[in-house]
Amino acid sequence: MYSFPHNPTVVLLYKVELRASGIGTEVLTIIFELIPRTIRMSTPLVLAGLGGVYSERSGVVNIALEGIMLISAFGYVIGTSASGSAWAGLVIGIGFGTAIALVHAIASISFRADQIVSGVAINFLAIGITEFLNRKATSPRVEGLTQWNLPLIGSYSCLVYLTLLLMVGSHVFLFKTPWGLRLRAAGESTEALNMLGLSRARWQYIGVMASGVLAGLGGCFLASEAHYFTKGITAGRGYVALAAVIFGNWTPYKTAAACLLFGFANALQLESRWQIPSQLLQCLPYLLTMVVLVGVIGKSKPPASLGK
Amino acid sequence: MARIPSFSKPQITEILHAGRPIAFSLGIVIVLSSLVIGILGQNVLEVYRILVLSAFGSLDDFGYVLFNATPLIFTGLAVTIGFKCGLFNIGCEGQLYAGGFAAVWVGFHFNFPAIILIPLCFFAAMTAGAGWAAIAGILKAKFGVHEVINTIMMNFIAIALTSYLVTEVYQEAGQMIPHTPQIYETAHLPRISAFIGLLSKSNPLNVMFLLAIVAALSCQFFLKRTQYGYELRLVGDAPDVATYGGINVGTVTVWTMMLSGAIASLAGVWDVMGYRYRFLDNFSPGFGYTGIAAALLGRNHPYGVCLAAILFGALNKGALDVDILLNVPRELFLIIQAVLIICLASIQIKWQSGTLGKTV
Repeated sequence: MYSFPHNPTVVLLYKVELRASGIGTEVLTIIFELIPRTIRMSTPLVLAGLGGVYSERSGVVNIALEGIMLISAFGYVIGTSASGSAWAGLVIGIGFGTAIALVHAIASISFRADQIVSGVAINFLAIGITEFLNRKATSPRVEGLTQWNLPLIGSYSCLVYLTLLLMVGSHVFLFKTPWGLRLRAAGESTEALNMLGLSRARWQYIGVMASGVLAGLGGCFLASEAHYFTKGITAGRGYVALAAVIFGNWTPYKTAAACLLFGFANALQLESRWQIPSQLLQCLPYLLTMVVLVGVIGKSKPPASLGK
Repeated sequence: MARIPSFSKPQITEILHAGRPIAFSLGIVIVLSSLVIGILGQNVLEVYRILVLSAFGSLDDFGYVLFNATPLIFTGLAVTIGFKCGLFNIGCEGQLYAGGFAAVWVGFHFNFPAIILIPLCFFAAMTAGAGWAAIAGILKAKFGVHEVINTIMMNFIAIALTSYLVTEVYQEAGQMIPHTPQIYETAHLPRISAFIGLLSKSNPLNVMFLLAIVAALSCQFFLKRTQYGYELRLVGDAPDVATYGGINVGTVTVWTMMLSGAIASLAGVWDVMGYRYRFLDNFSPGFGYTGIAAALLGRNHPYGVCLAAILFGALNKGALDVDILLNVPRELFLIIQAVLIICLASIQIKWQSGTLGKTV
């Protein structure tokens, strides 16, 4: 599904290996190949995970991350193929993601629907809309986003670098600014904001819409790396990202670290040197998610008014 | 003078009250789908005419509708049982794969007479479904992990594992299609058309439908008339009260998940023993997920679930014909289903459970 341009470090190592072909170098090669793969696999998870942090910090459970990613990936592909520009595709993809996040926000904030049920329904809606509009197994091939090639680091999509910025920015926003404080207050108490004369619902809307933009970016990244849209392109990444949010104790840095772990499990999936059937490797991230959740529950503390 | 059976006034208000959100949601869905059909440039009334004719035009058509509804009744009941206990079992999809595979494995391994083989297949399937669901239940009861993420993860795992087993281990020799060999003839469940001459021989409606109705009746009896059903509902409504009353909430959680998984597995049995007679890789088009919609539309009542499942069965059959005749994509059905859930959840359905959705 993905193409992996060779990392300069890996190429260098291959050359070293030619001279000293020992088992040690082979292990190193695997590691150095896995690192860029892990980064690429983690990026959509980190983006969706950051989205989850915003939404859940404002008190809204967002299981709809999966659907947001799916529909944005779709939006990216039709936007790019219609306009010929990947940037236009990105904007349309994010627009699709935000629009479906808005539906979740209206249902769960204004109408006080059960947030999990609404989120699950949003995921069905995303599947329904994408399959309704694209009845073939895969879409036509579209171009991806610009790759930036940095010396020693390698060539990555510009979204990878943006993700790092967004991670730091989210931390600063949530924990160092008055707006972040308000957003977190919306998730901690049903009353606090209203008593200050501020609207809790407004900050919850902001939280959910932010998750729409971020998970939308994640979906666009998936489609941009794969160069086309397929049914089930997200493969449960939204749910995995939500687990990473819990594992990361609802903070941007720790969530991103958790996403790296899941991204690593995803990267192993593409490891073809071992004779393990692909379907069994596919289970790895899902199993890891379950194990991690068992280990972390009780130690991580959700926002006090999450889901209320 | 014969007494005319009548509803008391509060009862009528109650029924009307229950019907309002459903009528409202269905109204929104009809308006929305009419709009979509209109945008596609089709005659809206013509589409609905074909939809209704296709589903209820003849007894045979209605047989197909009931055939479509059967797995949805099972998954809808499974979701309902979970809801009543405050559990959201999104894992029906995985449980029906586990159950279906267990049934087919027994079905093509043992050449026993029907009287032994059929119960054995059912036993294997329900054990597998219950076991698969029990994992999420135990994780919830022991460690407090919310069942939603775990059941979803286990759906992915179940589909991948059965796909591995079907394509790599039990693939029928010399076949391109990824499916297992057929189960023995003795494990085939009879079609209703074998007993009722009114249905054509090709009508796939099978005895699993009757079993689904029996399952709905039993669920209602279990929930309302037995001690276990009462405990289950109490845990869902007020876990603190249940604990105070000496009920072990953890045990009830695990048992409920197992019961729910066992019922969901019957949707897999329906496909394996009643329809295809083998296990096809990725056979379910999302019965487990449509079951959630059926449970919500049926307002978490076993009989309501049956009606909702029949409605979805009719929509499914009608959508296929509309697709073929008028070229309106049948995926519209998926959108309708999702919009229906969102509407129903938004118009404040009184949840049977106060605990749902607080801890993800």
